[in-house]
Amino acid sequence: MLSIVLLSFFGIVNLFLGFQKNKNILLPAAFIFTLIVFAANLVDFNQPIDVFGEFNTGMLTIDKITVGFTAIILVANLLVILLADKYILGKQSQPAEYFSILMLSTVGAIMMVSYDHLLILFLGVETLSIPMYVLAGAEKRNLRSNEAALKYFLMGAFATGFLLFGVALVYGATGAFSLAGIKEACSAVEQSPLLILGLGFLLVGMLFKVSAAPFHFWTPDVYQGAPTLFTAFMSTVVKTAGFAAIYRLLSSGFGPIVPTWSIALAVIAVVTLLIGNLIAITQTSFKRTMAYSSISHAGYMLIAIVAMNSFSQEAILYYSAAYTFATIAAFAVQHVVEQHHDRDDFEIFHGIGKTNPFLALVGTVAMLSLAGIPLTGGFIGKLMVFTSAYQSGFGWLLIVAVLMSTVSMYYYLRLPIAILLKKTVTEEKISVSPGASIVLWICLIGTVVLGLFPNLFTSLF
Amino acid sequence: MLSLTLIILPVICGLMVLAFKSDIAKYVALAAAVAELAVVLVAFSGFATNADVQYAFSMPWMPEWGISFSLGMDGISMMLVFLAAILMPSIILSAFNNEKKFPPVFYALMLLMQSGLMGVFLAQDGFLFYFFWEIALIPIYFLASIWGSERKIPVTTKFFIYTIFGSLFMLLSILYLYLHTGDTPSAAISDLYRAGRSLGHLEQTYVFLGLFAAFAIKMPLFPFHTWQPDTYTEAPTPATMLLSGIMLKMGVYGLIRWLLPVVPWAVNEWTPIIIVLSVIGIIYGSIIAIRQRDIKRLVAYSSFAHVGLMGAAIFSLEIEGLQGAIIQMVAHGINVVGLFHAVQIIRTRVGRTLDISDLGGITQSSPSLTVYFMLVLLGSVALPLTNGFPGEFLMLKGVFMYNPILGVVAGLTIILGAVYMLRLFQSTMFGPKTEATQNFAKLTFSEGMAFFPLASLVLLMGFFPNIFLSITEPAAKALLTDVVSALSNSLTLKP
Repeated sequence: MLSIVLLSFFGIVNLFLGFQKNKNILLPAAFIFTLIVFAANLVDFNQPIDVFGEFNTGMLTIDKITVGFTAIILVANLLVILLADKYILGKQSQPAEYFSILMLSTVGAIMMVSYDHLLILFLGVETLSIPMYVLAGAEKRNLRSNEAALKYFLMGAFATGFLLFGVALVYGATGAFSLAGIKEACSAVEQSPLLILGLGFLLVGMLFKVSAAPFHFWTPDVYQGAPTLFTAFMSTVVKTAGFAAIYRLLSSGFGPIVPTWSIALAVIAVVTLLIGNLIAITQTSFKRTMAYSSISHAGYMLIAIVAMNSFSQEAILYYSAAYTFATIAAFAVQHVVEQHHDRDDFEIFHGIGKTNPFLALVGTVAMLSLAGIPLTGGFIGKLMVFTSAYQSGFGWLLIVAVLMSTVSMYYYLRLPIAILLKKTVTEEKISVSPGASIVLWICLIGTVVLGLFPNLFTSLF
Repeated sequence: MLSLTLIILPVICGLMVLAFKSDIAKYVALAAAVAELAVVLVAFSGFATNADVQYAFSMPWMPEWGISFSLGMDGISMMLVFLAAILMPSIILSAFNNEKKFPPVFYALMLLMQSGLMGVFLAQDGFLFYFFWEIALIPIYFLASIWGSERKIPVTTKFFIYTIFGSLFMLLSILYLYLHTGDTPSAAISDLYRAGRSLGHLEQTYVFLGLFAAFAIKMPLFPFHTWQPDTYTEAPTPATMLLSGIMLKMGVYGLIRWLLPVVPWAVNEWTPIIIVLSVIGIIYGSIIAIRQRDIKRLVAYSSFAHVGLMGAAIFSLEIEGLQGAIIQMVAHGINVVGLFHAVQIIRTRVGRTLDISDLGGITQSSPSLTVYFMLVLLGSVALPLTNGFPGEFLMLKGVFMYNPILGVVAGLTIILGAVYMLRLFQSTMFGPKTEATQNFAKLTFSEGMAFFPLASLVLLMGFFPNIFLSITEPAAKALLTDVVSALSNSLTLKP
């Protein structure tokens, strides 16, 4: 609660800081503001503090898990802000807006994580998405960036329509907007078909946001066209918030009718895994590969949701954390390298192992984590997801997941191969800005700590 | 604590090596390997010859999931830990004379690899085992791919994906066992054993197939070997030594520790198929080795043939077969590293693409190489009083006890092995000098030092096999008794 209010306030403050002559203050300000919000979020961990007394109308729930998801989202936001220095301050004429947009977009993500009322869910989705449409088109003279923004906007608006229609149908069937009300209606012996239809529409809207197949078509184009910085934001914050929201919807709201939706979601998970991994093999652009990788990770996280047992919540949380660190690391490497090459194929990475060993190390570790190799957080995340699916008897889903994991090794090895094994013509060292190198360090340490000492994290929840 | 030291020490030293300059890095790495060996020798000398798990170390890793960081070694683990430690100094020394790019990274990866291998042999928890199993793959993949020869990228990618494919199915099997350990799941090895034995026949078969996929690919057993000859040939020779000398034993060790006792019923059911496949592998590998003209490929195929016999012996479920396989793991590790070292010495002096028929007369230039080469080679063909003999003899006895006909066919390995090995020796060492071997340089000090411990062990193990057999005997016996009793239980209890 506190984090939503504070972050909105600071976002606006940051906008006004933009009137100053000295633009260099913007990044530290945005960073410190978000850090304060991060701390404020942790305050709620054991006992939510009721700051707003009578204005608190029970539309939000704060508990350990939502605090955890919010923390992941805020960390992603902090990392993206740190990464932004050269890009936003150097290229854009109005830098303040970008920082504010990032922060306000995060407000939407936090709302999606902790909603208890479908109105807040809708508000969260919109608050998250509309800034994303703007950020995708941040490079206004770049044709691809424009394409990305338009595509994302049109498809996104369409998906939001589905979401809203779903909310309306659910309301029509149950007379309730709150998750508790929906749960009560679902506990009845027989459900109205409107409710099931409403759930279907809600899921379509949400699955679009997390780019699960067959609602994934926007992902590669938008990820490739959007500036890398914002792709990093999109692929982590939006995905984490989206999965937290779907989990909440299905566990707290539609929990009593698990059999109705679990097979449908299982099929979507399989299709997502197949499409994400198999198409990724044919990609030549790193950003597009990452887009398909992000689709395939949506598949793994869906497996945990399909399982829907005592393990899944923690599994999704852990998976999101590991995925966030690894993905931001990967995009940070791309972000740093593309300052020199302005392309996004794998050739720009050739020979980095020799000129920038640290960059090479982080890129390699990020890929290993996404591939789920031990020593990295990705492995523990995958282990948890698999465990939860096994517990609920979805062994067949795991066979698909394991086969697709094997396939994924092929394209995750591409970056290490390009970095370490290929030779370049120029042997010029790529300069890494201080902000970017802090991001790389944090992601590296985060990934390895999550992989070696899972207990530090799991014992909290 | 000692067990933990064995894993941590190489990691710390590996990271330290990175900080040193290129020309000092190798000495630091060598010192690290020797230090690790010293720790292992302390463990070895203090090892009680009984079936207990010794030097146990346990600490919670993911307590609420029932997963702990528990290590320990019985006789079988002890032998493999010993192998991984004794080979390392020789492998590092063998790389001294070949200038490599980024030496600190090269040696650091080797030490990290050692740490992963130690973890595999020491792990007493299913997930920890899997964890180290995969960790060991990462350094060797980079060693093979960064320093490999021309075709390295497709070859090492195939190797990586192939082995990961097997391991992921192993993970599913371990997960399955783990979730059948009761209301509060636990991944401790004894709990997994119990869970595996309580499964029905169909379930045991699934678990068996998952585990077997990983081990059979890693060893590799026929017909899962297609990654092996290419990877061995393309990888830089020190990496090939790691692969064939130690990493291959991960698969064999996996069979003994993580397959036989876990699903005895399924093992018994699949035994005929696996022994026949293994024996096919022995003959197939030997025949291809005879036809090879590239000396590195020849040794690679010979290694494949030897592993086939280990697989067959283990599945015979006889104490002779099991004991033989364990002692042979050590002996084969020593011999194959020696052989690859000799191959590397020849290839660096005469050029790597040369055909076997272009060589000859090396004895005249370098008699010391000939002596060392002959010792490891005789060990490899299992001549009595060398280290290969006790293992090979016991293994053949085991297979023979299982089925005399298969035993006789498997016994051909000794004859075929002698054919290709002696041909290799004769055509490289004897005869007139050829154009290529005209200016063959003598052994350098480091090359000789790499050979020395290997050659001594060939003789030591040949003359006194009991030092090693007595260490593994209680553990091997206990394991086999356990398997056999579990087997009779599951045969009588379940339809």
